[in-house]
Amino acid sequence: MALLSIQNLWVSFGGLVALHGVSMDVEEGRIFSIIGPNGAGKTTIFNCISGIYKPTKGKVIFRDREITGKKSHYSAGMGIARTFQNIELFGHLTTIDNLLLGRHIHMKSGVFSGAFFFGKSFPAAREECHHREVVERIIEFLEIEAYRNSLVSSLPYGIRKLVELGRALAMEPTLLLLDEPTAGMNQEEKRDMMFWIRDIRDDFKVTIIMVEHDMNLVMDVSDEIMALNFGVKLVQGTPEQVRNDPQVLEAYLGRD
Amino acid sequence: MTSRKNNSVIPHALQVDQKNDLFILFFRRREAILPIANLLTWVGKDSETYRCLTMDMKRDYYEDIQLCKTRTALVLTIALFCCLMIIPFLLGDYNIYIVNLIAIHAIVAIGLNILVGYTGQISLGHAGFFAIGAYTSVLLMVKGGVPFPVALLAAGFVSAGFGFLLGLPSLRLEGPYLAIATLGFGMAVTQIISHWDFAGGHMGLAAPKMSIGPFVADTGLEQYAIIMSVAAIMTIAAINLMKTRVGRALVAIRDSEIAAEAMGVNVLKYKTLAFAISAFYTGVGGALMAFALAHISAGSFNLILSITFLAMIIVGGLGSIMGSILGAALLTYLQIKLQVIQEAPIVGPILLDISKRFFTAEGLPNIQSIIIGGIMIGIVIFEPLGMRGIYLRFKRYWRMWPF
Ligand SMILES: Nc1ncnc2c1ncn2[C@@H]1O[C@H](COP(=O)(O)OP(=O)(O)OP(=O)(O)O)[C@@H](O)[C@H]1O
Ligand SMILES: [Mg+2]
Repeated sequence: MALLSIQNLWVSFGGLVALHGVSMDVEEGRIFSIIGPNGAGKTTIFNCISGIYKPTKGKVIFRDREITGKKSHYSAGMGIARTFQNIELFGHLTTIDNLLLGRHIHMKSGVFSGAFFFGKSFPAAREECHHREVVERIIEFLEIEAYRNSLVSSLPYGIRKLVELGRALAMEPTLLLLDEPTAGMNQEEKRDMMFWIRDIRDDFKVTIIMVEHDMNLVMDVSDEIMALNFGVKLVQGTPEQVRNDPQVLEAYLGRD
Repeated sequence: MTSRKNNSVIPHALQVDQKNDLFILFFRRREAILPIANLLTWVGKDSETYRCLTMDMKRDYYEDIQLCKTRTALVLTIALFCCLMIIPFLLGDYNIYIVNLIAIHAIVAIGLNILVGYTGQISLGHAGFFAIGAYTSVLLMVKGGVPFPVALLAAGFVSAGFGFLLGLPSLRLEGPYLAIATLGFGMAVTQIISHWDFAGGHMGLAAPKMSIGPFVADTGLEQYAIIMSVAAIMTIAAINLMKTRVGRALVAIRDSEIAAEAMGVNVLKYKTLAFAISAFYTGVGGALMAFALAHISAGSFNLILSITFLAMIIVGGLGSIMGSILGAALLTYLQIKLQVIQEAPIVGPILLDISKRFFTAEGLPNIQSIIIGGIMIGIVIFEPLGMRGIYLRFKRYWRMWPF
């Protein structure tokens, strides 16, 4: 069975129906892209997968377990990590601390062990050191060493996007949801990001679902693409199939 | 893999920390700066500067969560510890009493700061937890014959239990609504206790003496030993806690609940936990206060007290353990000293005169409120980070000093 399976998903906000019975399957190890014009419902799908929205109807099944309507922290614990369209970092924390929060689900220390440790050999201290090392490797991978100890609110936009990506990677997820990872970047940065996305899939053995507006990049990097318009699924297939689909052309270029 | 490379002339390792930027600008070549850096490090400068200059990339991760990260911090901590050991022998009974109150208030302020400054919740009801702690310990000792250390711990845990209960409904409340809910809690506790005969009603209760085994704290000095030890342990525990997993989760909730959830932090659980931890600290503080004052009555655990606690952490610095202590010290000291300001030379008679002329004859306590209010307004306007902000500024100045 597919790693993630979405079945007949309906989401409505009051009168507005954001998703009209969308279904999709994502196989393990794929880079799966969701495209569509503004307001198509792409972020809404992400929010349903990561448990921020509760769908009106339909199912989300991850690793053969239904996670529909479960809380966000539950899906995080199941191995789903995500980034946000409008960067959601912990602004008053440093880069390292932000990434360490990604390790939260892998750490165990509680109130007492966290409060009372006096030396390296205490479990909480050992755990802390171990995870700091893991985080350090991610910092090296993304080449953000220079910003290790800076407060993230003081970092430039592009770096904050990287920190957010690093934080998601720190969770060592099975499924990584990237909401417009290259938004606001220049061409060169976008290209770097695309290389990274491939590297991440290969190095971290993670399945990626990505929302992205830059068509060239999407076509370049994706294994599979789903096109969405006004909450309706238009087509799903390989980049080649989607590129030549008349409905997609119409949604993007308009009727002529 | 292509990736952006640093195209600046500064070697990579030198860019470790932005706060050293100015330092580095002066000496772009690390060879040139090395001897000076060595010297500065040994004089007591931050070892981070030293490490990044020596390009020592192999890191000892324990350093990051150590109690004293730098040599300077270690020296200062030891000095502080020695001071705390010596001070009581230099002070008179009255001043020891003041220091005791400061230590107790510091415990409460740390607890409140964990909830307000670190987790981003608000509470106007901490006087309630303070009262619960005080009454639990005294009742246990007087009516239950429980030894003091057990009663003290019990005070913390009972209070934490109430904190947990108050935390539950508060999960769905935010900002002003949470403020009102906690306010109601604080007032309810005072009301119930003052009408509860078992707890002495309006008359209150006399507190027994603190004792650990055969050691009975009769004098202020002996009380100091117990109170300061408890305060020190709880301070260190809070520092540690905030540096590890639980503390980080709390701060994450403050900064972005959505992102915290996405990281797998169970926001509901950690919010109630924050209430419980905060209430634990406050309860222990309340218990110690009962013994320091030797008498408790419900009337003293009022809204004004809750607000004073809040004022302490705002003046000291939200989200800072050191700030909590500084704020507690300043406000406690001022409160006590301003109560007897008429005895001060020169200023006293003048104020007394003003007070008699423009307020009522007994209006001098007004001066106290006015001055404390003035300090709070000043802090919020000029130094939103509180006394900790002032400290940080001083530290930065010291670090940059040769330049
Ligand atoms: N919380 C909400 N409350 C009300 N309406 C919402 C909410 N979230 C999304 N919507 C609506 O649902 C529709 C789909 O939104 P969504 O954010 O999923 O679009 P998107 O495809 O991500 O668009 P974009 O490319 O602009 O990010 C939009 O019309 C939006 O206004
Ligand atoms: Mg979107």
